[in-house]
Amino acid sequence: MTATVASAKGLTKRYGSFTAVDAVDFTLEENRIYGLLGRNGAGKTTIMQLLTGQLFPNAGELEVFGRAPAEHADVLRRLCFIAESQRYPEDFMPAHVFKAAPWFFENWDAAFAERLVADFRLPLKRRIKKLSRGQLSAVGVIVGLASRAPMTFFDEPYLGLDAVARHIFYDRLLEDYAEHPRTIVLSTHLIDEVANLLEHVILIDQGRILLDRDAEEVRGSATTVAGARAAVDAFTADRPVIGREGLGGLASVTIDGRLDQAERIRAAELGLELAPVSLQQLIVHLTGTDLAGSTEQEKAA
Amino acid sequence: MDESRPIFIQITEQVENDIIEGTLAEGSQIPSTNEFAAFLRINPATALRGVNRLVDDGIVEKRRGIGMFVTAGARERLVERRRAEFSAQYIRPLIVEAEKLGLDIDELAALIRSERIES
Repeated sequence: MTATVASAKGLTKRYGSFTAVDAVDFTLEENRIYGLLGRNGAGKTTIMQLLTGQLFPNAGELEVFGRAPAEHADVLRRLCFIAESQRYPEDFMPAHVFKAAPWFFENWDAAFAERLVADFRLPLKRRIKKLSRGQLSAVGVIVGLASRAPMTFFDEPYLGLDAVARHIFYDRLLEDYAEHPRTIVLSTHLIDEVANLLEHVILIDQGRILLDRDAEEVRGSATTVAGARAAVDAFTADRPVIGREGLGGLASVTIDGRLDQAERIRAAELGLELAPVSLQQLIVHLTGTDLAGSTEQEKAA
Repeated sequence: MDESRPIFIQITEQVENDIIEGTLAEGSQIPSTNEFAAFLRINPATALRGVNRLVDDGIVEKRRGIGMFVTAGARERLVERRRAEFSAQYIRPLIVEAEKLGLDIDELAALIRSERIES
């Protein structure tokens, strides 16, 4: 039903002694919206630069549209990468960017780009150097959307964009994706804002994949159990613990895995409070320096 | 949207509630998956999953090229199912909480009755 458009096996990228991407395996399926999430320096941008042929891997296999992306023009012309801080030629204005875009993107929709320029209130005839940070981000977002490339990467696309502009981006992205399905990879810190847009989540930490799951499976997959320490410990004893906090006789433990109705009733009978864990909170638990949690896992390992 | 539960389940429940309350009459058209996606700002695949559950349950039917419509008898079937789940979902937690507070069944029944008169 779905076709694989990118696959990585043991993909590794080192900078000197630093391993930015550490033997990761993943696949991207056609026409899905992916969230590539993780902390600063986790390896998100490096993975996207590898996928778009801007970097060569040190080890492992990588195929995009069936071939190694680097130096294959037929692969590269199907990709669009919107970098966090794109540089443009000296004296370039947004008008030049949008005029040049169809040379690189065969699906470029000039009318759509024009609509987006109006939505974002972007001045076309101002030097890019003189644009605000948000306006510069808008240039990238417009190129990324109007290019309609079969595989589009947005790397932290909205630095400096205000809340209104970000919601314009989400709305236009969904509308256009519904009409012109394509593979989209969104890398961002604003996890709660984009969580509902994503079909699949890949979480990177220190160059490794911590989580590679359907977004709907992730939602509600972790629960925080709070109450008297003894009761919390009894309830969470045989479960995978991903976070732990305590205060005197009270404990609050975050566990991985869904609770069914019977377990919820049992928790209520033990006098425990159950609270859902959002995608953002889950990621903080999984990638944060939650000392109690990590020592617990080490002991268990 | 409630963060604790999968969104596709919430979409299914929302449409079911609209059918039970009569907002969506039998035979009427429900929004398309793209309309759900745009309105709720969610991934269209998620919306499709929610709607497909309704199709699988025979609550709505696809008419090719036109859209999705509430089937005849959908409301009655939904009410029946919700009644079967009512005890586990509402009565059981209520009794657990009442026992915690030392309320016996008679006192609980009296509370329900007085609440009903007030509303």
